[in-house]
Amino acid sequence: MSDTTIQKMLTVSASPHKRTADTTRGIMLDVIIAMVPTLIVSVFLFGPRTLLVTAVSVIFCVLFEFLARKVMKRPNTIGDLSAVVTGMLLAFNLPSTMPLWMVIIGDAVAILVVKQFFGGIGQNFVNPALVGRIVLMASFPVAISDYPAPFAWKLGAVDAVTSATPLSQFAGIYGAENMKTAINGSDLPTLYNMFLGVRGGCLGETCAAALLLGFLYLLVRRVISPAIPLTYVGTVAVIMLLAGKGNLTFVAYQILAGGLLLGAIFMATDYTTSPVSFKGKILYAVGCGVITALIRIFGSLPEGVSFSIILMNILVPHIEHLTTPKPFGTLKEKKNKKQEAAQ
Amino acid sequence: MAEKKSLGHEFTKGLVKENPVLRLVLGTCPTLATTTSLESAIGMGLSAALVLVCSNIVISALRKVIPQKVRIPCYIVVIAGFVTIVQMLVKAFLPALDQQLGVYLPLIVVNCIILGRAEAFAGKNGVVASALDGLGMGVGFTAALVIMGGVRELLGAGTLLGFQVLPESIAPMTIFVLAPGGFFVFGILMACANKLAERKGKPKATLGCAGCPLSETCTVAEKAACEKEKEAVTK
Repeated sequence: MSDTTIQKMLTVSASPHKRTADTTRGIMLDVIIAMVPTLIVSVFLFGPRTLLVTAVSVIFCVLFEFLARKVMKRPNTIGDLSAVVTGMLLAFNLPSTMPLWMVIIGDAVAILVVKQFFGGIGQNFVNPALVGRIVLMASFPVAISDYPAPFAWKLGAVDAVTSATPLSQFAGIYGAENMKTAINGSDLPTLYNMFLGVRGGCLGETCAAALLLGFLYLLVRRVISPAIPLTYVGTVAVIMLLAGKGNLTFVAYQILAGGLLLGAIFMATDYTTSPVSFKGKILYAVGCGVITALIRIFGSLPEGVSFSIILMNILVPHIEHLTTPKPFGTLKEKKNKKQEAAQ
Repeated sequence: MAEKKSLGHEFTKGLVKENPVLRLVLGTCPTLATTTSLESAIGMGLSAALVLVCSNIVISALRKVIPQKVRIPCYIVVIAGFVTIVQMLVKAFLPALDQQLGVYLPLIVVNCIILGRAEAFAGKNGVVASALDGLGMGVGFTAALVIMGGVRELLGAGTLLGFQVLPESIAPMTIFVLAPGGFFVFGILMACANKLAERKGKPKATLGCAGCPLSETCTVAEKAACEKEKEAVTK
């Protein structure tokens, strides 16, 4: 194995070359920093147990990564912090009331099955944290949809007060005759509260303001390009505009509800599982948006962000194949044929 | 068939090294479908093993009578006969198991492990060797199914053979009795079987006929093409 590694390092493509100071560790650190505001807000909303769930998730992700590399006799990679990011993202996708042993099972699935069985960082075919969440969702459907109401922890009974998420409240509103009266008639949180995250949900998905702050940080640091998040959210918005018969309030609720912003900013943009080229990114993000919207409107589950990102992750190799850029100076084959025909 | 292998080898190769489910990846459909509980996995494994041993013996005994051109229909007739017997026996004495296995019991007729062994082994070897081959493959198949069924039932329902094993307070992971959980367990078991088979001194799977489990069924022309391909790759 070491031979091939050395060979890879010694194989140099033709010039020009460009050096970059970017390291995996630096990028992952930026992602962690971008997630901190959301974590702080969710501690405020859902209580100190949020920190416990996140800490357990991170510690066990790093532990599993360390053990897996050791058992498989591969170089250790916990220093690149990618396991920390996976642990945080998985915790963000769970309610703060999640039993800790279930969180650990999710970590094991994410790190061992999805990441290390396929070769470690850069080799996973889907987002590890999302598969962790989906396995937990299929296994413990009751525990994972036990969303505590915001500020319930202050009343001292964390487990007792649960609340419906806006998306599950929406189940009766899709296809309503008059959107405006349907929304006014329901007891949805106000849009202002939705933006600040004062609603039931997974611990990291509720506060749009904090997620957007993280998004801005990642943009400024040039860690992610805006193509995927903007196209993803835009596609959902367009479909919801059609589904809501032009009602903008409905569209706003749809964008702020569920895990759309968390998924679009932190999950869909994962380097390993998203396309490289701009065209590919657009295609991928439109696919994510369409599937999310379809699951929300027609599916039996209220939310479809995790499934849509996983499905598009699997399609990424094909998208890459479709959108391979033409080398500079070569003619397109079809145009060439047309010119020949004209002559 | 160039070298004569010992009868003991014919039996043991089906256990791990050429385990039909985990190494040859045959019969995946009944494997995934009937391993949701340990009970149905045992039922499926034993029924298939019984059919496999019987059909291997009969096909091997008839191998000089069966014309080469219509051998597959002949094999199927023999296999179908035994499956009918097994199905009637199960229906009569174990009606609950019959309910659980449903369509997968009659589908043993087209199980690729049984037809594969008939084509690859019983059609070319003596009765005793074929019986041992069928027994080894049958035990290997049953063992793989029992392990998968056990893991899936234990984790997915917290029970084994219907008895509560895990404490009720631990919620079982429902995903293990669903299809995705089946694939998880299947993949991980396959990885373990590969590791085991390689550790036993068997060279890693290579191109060409040396490492190919189907090499016995190849014609001379196919073998030559295979070897050529191997040379091209290794160069």
